[in-house]
Formats: sequence, structure tokens, C-alpha cells
Amino acid sequence: MDILITGILLGGTYALIAMGLNLQYGVARIMNLANGEILVAGGYFAFIAYTATQLSPILTIFLVAPIAFALNWLIYRIMLQPLVNRAKTRGQLETDSILATFGLSFIGVGLMLSFFGGDYFSYSFMAVSVELLGNTYGANRVLSFVMAVLICGALYLWLNRSRPGLSIRAIATAPTSARLVGIDVKHLSALAFALGGAVTAVGGALISTYLTLDASTGVVFTLKALIIVIMGGVGDVRGTIVAALLLGILETVVASLLDPGLTLAAAYVMFLGILLFRPQGLFGKKPT
Amino acid sequence: MATPVLSLRGVTKRFGGLVAVNAMDFDVSEREVVGLLGPNGSGKSTTLNLVSGALPLTSGHISHWGNRISGLPAQDINRKGVSRTFQLVRLLQSMNVRENVVAGAVFGHRRRWGQDAQDHADQLLEKVGLGGKGDMALGQLTYIDTKRVELARTLASDPKVLLLDEWLAGLNPTEMQIGITLIKSLRDEGRTIILVEHVMDAIRSLCDRCVVMAAGTKIAEGTPTQVLSDKEVIRAYLGDDYA
Amino acid sequence: MSLTGTDLRNLCLAILAFGVCALLPFGDNGYWLGLGVTIAMFTTLATSWALFSGPTHYISLATAAFFGVGTYVTGLGIETFPFWALVGLAGIFGAVLAALVGLATLRLSGVYFVIFTLGLAELVRQVITWVQNNTGQKGLYVLTDLDEAGIYWWLLGLAALVFLTGWLIGRSRLGFALRIIGDDETVAAHSGINTARAKVLLFMVPGAVAAMTGAILAPRYVYIEPSLAFAPILSFQVVIMALLGGASRLWGPLVGVIPFTFLLEAVSSNFPNQTTLVIGMAFLVIVYLLPSGFAGLVDKVMHQVKKRETF
Repeated sequence: MDILITGILLGGTYALIAMGLNLQYGVARIMNLANGEILVAGGYFAFIAYTATQLSPILTIFLVAPIAFALNWLIYRIMLQPLVNRAKTRGQLETDSILATFGLSFIGVGLMLSFFGGDYFSYSFMAVSVELLGNTYGANRVLSFVMAVLICGALYLWLNRSRPGLSIRAIATAPTSARLVGIDVKHLSALAFALGGAVTAVGGALISTYLTLDASTGVVFTLKALIIVIMGGVGDVRGTIVAALLLGILETVVASLLDPGLTLAAAYVMFLGILLFRPQGLFGKKPT
Repeated sequence: MATPVLSLRGVTKRFGGLVAVNAMDFDVSEREVVGLLGPNGSGKSTTLNLVSGALPLTSGHISHWGNRISGLPAQDINRKGVSRTFQLVRLLQSMNVRENVVAGAVFGHRRRWGQDAQDHADQLLEKVGLGGKGDMALGQLTYIDTKRVELARTLASDPKVLLLDEWLAGLNPTEMQIGITLIKSLRDEGRTIILVEHVMDAIRSLCDRCVVMAAGTKIAEGTPTQVLSDKEVIRAYLGDDYA
Repeated sequence: MSLTGTDLRNLCLAILAFGVCALLPFGDNGYWLGLGVTIAMFTTLATSWALFSGPTHYISLATAAFFGVGTYVTGLGIETFPFWALVGLAGIFGAVLAALVGLATLRLSGVYFVIFTLGLAELVRQVITWVQNNTGQKGLYVLTDLDEAGIYWWLLGLAALVFLTGWLIGRSRLGFALRIIGDDETVAAHSGINTARAKVLLFMVPGAVAAMTGAILAPRYVYIEPSLAFAPILSFQVVIMALLGGASRLWGPLVGVIPFTFLLEAVSSNFPNQTTLVIGMAFLVIVYLLPSGFAGLVDKVMHQVKKRETF
């Protein structure tokens, strides 16, 4: 029970991060491998804000989100849009965007290394315990989970109820047809990419309240987010959430019962299972 | 009746909720030219894709000389001697004209390699009217020539069954005559041909028999004259007022 | 199969080049030989990488995993088997691992393949670390009488083997099938090619070669531990070198390996903290400035010269 709740708390934040990546891949068609660096940058921001000005991470995210939004919007417009324009096939765009975002990822790590050094960073925020169903958990974990749920819920409502949200879902389903019904695909792809980046950065700020990060941990989160997105199905909000919770639980189970050093390996085995048996995602329809 | 070369029974394809091909039944005999007709979106190309193995069937089965081929991957169907062209011409962009044709000869029904394959490709290019153009790059070709290259590649493995997906579409009247003559010559060599076509002249002069589809279902079958005067067919193409 | 005049000339040139390279240890035994080993290693890795990724456009980041498996084969077996047997054994392990990875992922789109290979080294590393922790073993000592020159010659021999394999594949049906697959996979399947089998078969080549490279280099490390053997950065370096040089030609990766090795060498000795930044920039250079590498650039220039001549 203890393990289950810890897993769900972790999975909540994972869901947020993966949701960011899913927006970027599902709508803008860019498999953003620099996603983890955006996350770490969000964490750094929260860390600096907290240690320098005692600004609560819960408030920091209102700063992180617009900054990350602007940054990701610029990245998409300046670096990725030209790739979309020049790509003759889906496969070519895939290869180009993988290489370009790898480049961005390494540059991100390099920049963070030179500004902040290679040390781990952590700070103690709300490091008190709260009791839930007879067990105690860190208040920071619980708070992060609540925030993640709120943001995921808002995002879900926005995607399903608002006009831009509907357009974004239309692009995710059928990019060429979306253009035909008068949706500005270019503009909304940039918007979705930027929004995805903002969501991920917020996830980073939240996760930094209870996990220790360093400049080069980004790739681990990128991998986890990728696994969640593929497992949940590209463009599927519900699937992403379920997959994130499953991964959170699996990691907690492996870490507490087997060895904390094996969490990524466990995530990988799960990924392999998905690839072999349900490559279309947990809830995806069989591809036709 | 002799075993048909191809036989479709209850062939159905669904894309999500849409039934693109609904319980198609028909047979094709040896050396027959069968036209697959119907308005746009009636499921002709999808049917061809099911036969060639480009798409898996939802239900039903397809057999070739009495042996089931539905469910096999495209490469196995090709190796059994069923070869196709594509609705939108698909050529191999990094290769010249001759290599494009050789590509069809190396792995398919009858295999050739090395000089043998090169010579064979040159013969086929001669036959489709591209003699001496083997060294040209694809970019230098006219539209009909790209279609000829694709046909030559399709023929390169000496298939017994040819599936031609709107091969005559987009040609001008002179080119059309050349195209029709070419397809006739393929039938005279003993090949069985299924063609998806819109051009009525071509259908009248080429097809022994036609199968007409509308909204995924077979609505008529018979000689070109029979089906083109069929009430259902006229209704499908032109609407109730003309039927 | 017959050899034309050009083939024979290229073959003689290649043998001559390898002969000259083999003389390096007699000229210098320190810095330059060390650099020679690095270049030979990356040439082997990048060339074999390009054999698969050039025609198929799949980006493999599994090099570090195969390499690490190879070093562990040497590390575990050095007491029992002769060195040459270990190199061969590593090749077999690498090929089998590659076949398994290929079977699981090569049916799917390129993104799945990249992600899977990206984490593969980490997966194997975590498992080995865990096994070591549970058995109380820390690292492995590899003590041989193989010196730097010996390692260099081994690598040079492997490089020659890779070039020969690449040349033979280029002339084979498999090579032709992969060119077709690279152009249009649907056409390939409709021309009778078993696309999945062809891709898996070819992926076994870089798998085997990277594992053999790891096995050969193990004695150089003397002491092997998982984080050293499975360093993920190796995979990225190989990708950059191969693409910088151009994966479409057999000699392409070599053209990328030499300058990039010198660049990394210079950067890491002068600004040791900036290597990640350089790697990042290299990726962007490849995507935005040199999408088909130096080899592609050369082809383009040659093409233009030819065009000008005909007018």
C-alpha cells in the first residue's frame, strides 16, 4: 500500500512531463529529445529562486511557464520549422528532428554545466511529512502530485472544451485534413510545442522539490517520458496518465523490493513488452 | 470450371468504422483481363491493395490457384508471381532507370542477378518504349515515361498476374493508344491482368470482363457492354435521374 | 562476380593505405600512436555503423551497448581463452544482441528504434552493476601482454575487415535490397524483398563489429567497470563522425572520423568542460549545414563540375 501510493505520487509528476512531450510529438510531430533538459532547466530555476529569494516553487512555476513557453516557441520557429518545411517525407522529418533535438539536448547540458557546474542540486522545501492512510509521505511529494493533477486536468479540459484545444486535437489526428478545414497548422504546431515545453518545465520545477537533479540527468527523464508517451499512445491524454502511473508504481516497486539501481532497466523491460505486444499503445487501435 | 488464378471470397476491409471493401466475391481466370470499375472512393484501389498484400484483410480470403494468399506479407505474394503498379507512381529516387527495373528482377517471382538482370532490364525497357534510356536519371523523364519504368519494374520478375492501378490515368490520347497496345501485348504473352481504371475507351478495348464497385460493394459483373448499360451502374455513376 | 579495372585500382590503393597505416607504431610509440588507436577505433565503429544506417536511415545509438558487451567478454574470459577467441566470441555475442534488438524494433518506425537503442547501453549497464553488487564483485582486471601497438594492429585488421565487408555487401543482393528499402519500403516489399529480415541481418554487422572493437580495446583499460565500458557518449560520437563524413559512401565516415577526433582531442585538452557543447554543435552542423556529410558535398560538387563540362 505504501509502495503503491509512493508510486502514484511519482507517476503524477511523470504524467505531467510526458504530457508535455506528447503535445510536442503528437501535434508538432517533433520527437523532442531535448525535453529532459527543459525539465532540468525548470528545476534549476526553482532551485535558484528558492535559495536566493525563498520564493516558493509553487509560485515559481508561474514564472517558469511563460519563460519556457517563449523559449520553446522560439526554438520551434527558428530551428524546427525549417526542418518541417524542407522534409519531403515523414521519415526524413523524424530523422532530422531527432538529430537536431539531440544537438539541442547536448547544448543544453553543456550550457548548464558551464553555468552551474556538474554538481547535484537540491533544496529543502516543505520537507515535512504528512499522513495518508496510515503511512507518512513527504509533503513536497504530495503537493507536487496535487499540482500535477490540477495542471493535467486543466490541460485536458482546455484540449477538449476550447476552440484552440479542439484545433490542436484535429492536427494531432489528421494534419493534412486539419489544414483543409481552415486550421492554421503552422501557428498551432508552434503553440503546441511551446505549451508542451512549458508543461515539462513546470514538471521540472515541481520534481526538484523532492528529487535531486544535476545538469546531465535530463536524458533519464527524456527516456521515461518517451516510454510513457509510446506506452500511452501518441496524442492520447488518458493513455499518458495511465502509463505514467504504471511507470511510477513499477519504479517504486522495483526500487523498494529489488534495487534502486534497476529502475530504468525495469522501465525498459516494460517498454520492450509494449513494443512486442502493443506497439500502438495501451489503448491504441490496431493500425490499419 | 478450371481453378481460377485469383479468387476473392467475402473480402472485407474496415478502417475504424468505415467499411471500405464489403464482402467482395469474384474470380479471375487465366489470361483474362478483368477491369475493376467504380466511382471515386468505391474501394477499387483498396481491393487491389488487399490482393497485393499492401493491407491486411479484416475478413474473407483470397486464393491464388486455389492456395490461400491473404494474410501473407507483400513480398511472399510477389514471389508467387503477383506483381503490381501503384496509383501514384512509386520509383526509387536514388537509382537510374535501369536500376529501377533491376530492382524488380532480383528478389521476386523469377530471380535474376548481375549481368543477366541488367540485360533483362534493358530488354524490358525496350519493350515498354524506353530503349536506350537505361542510364538516364529519373528526373529527366516525362510523366508517361515514369509510368513505363514502373511497369517495366513490375514485369521484371516475370509475374503471371499483373495488378495495374490506374496505369492509364493522366495520359494524353496518343499515349493512351500506346498504353493500350502495350497492355494488350502483355495479355497476349499469357499474363492475367486486373486493372483499376476510369478511362472507358481503355475498358472497352481491353477488358474481357468487368467488376463494378460502389461504396465498397460489388454492384455488377459482366462484359464491358453489359455492365456499362446496367441500371445499377448508371445510378452509381450518374445518380437516379439517369437510371 | 568480376572485378573491373577501377575495382582493382581501388583495391590496390586500399591495401597500400593500410600498409602505410600499419607502419605507424614504428615511427612513434606515444602520443601519435594513442591518437592512431582512437582513430582506428572510431573508423571501425563509424564505418560499420554507416553500413546499416546509411541505406536504411535508422539512427542506431546502440554502439555503446555492443562495445560494452565486447569489453566484458574479454574481461570475463581473459583467464580462460586466448585473445583471438575472445574477439570472435564478442562478435558472436554482439551479432546475437543486435538480432534480438532488431527483431523487437525494426518492424516499427524509426523513432522506436532510436529510443530503444538510446537506453540499451543503460539497461545493460544497470543489469551488470546489479549482478556485480549482488556477487560482491566490483570491476574486472584485464591483464595481457598486448601493448598499444598490438591493439592498434588488431583494430587496423578489424577496420580492413569492415571495409571489405562493406564493399562485398555493396555488391551483393543484400546491399541492393537495402538501397531499395532506403528509397521506398513499400516498393521493396512489393518487389519480393523480406524487408524485416534484410534490416535485421544488416544490423548484425555493426553489432558484431562494435562488440569486437570493445573486446580488442579491453586490455587498454586494464580495469573494467560498467560506467566505463558502457559510456553512452560513445554512441553519439560514432553517429556524429559517420554523418559528418557521410553515411552514403563506404569511405564517408573515415572523412568524418579524422577531423572530429582531432577536434575533440583539442577541445578536451583545452576546455574539458565544453565537450558536450561541441557534440551538440556538431549535431546542428550536420542537420543544418551538411545533411549528407562531406561525401554528399563532394558528390554535389562533382556533379556540378560534370554538368558544366557538358555545356
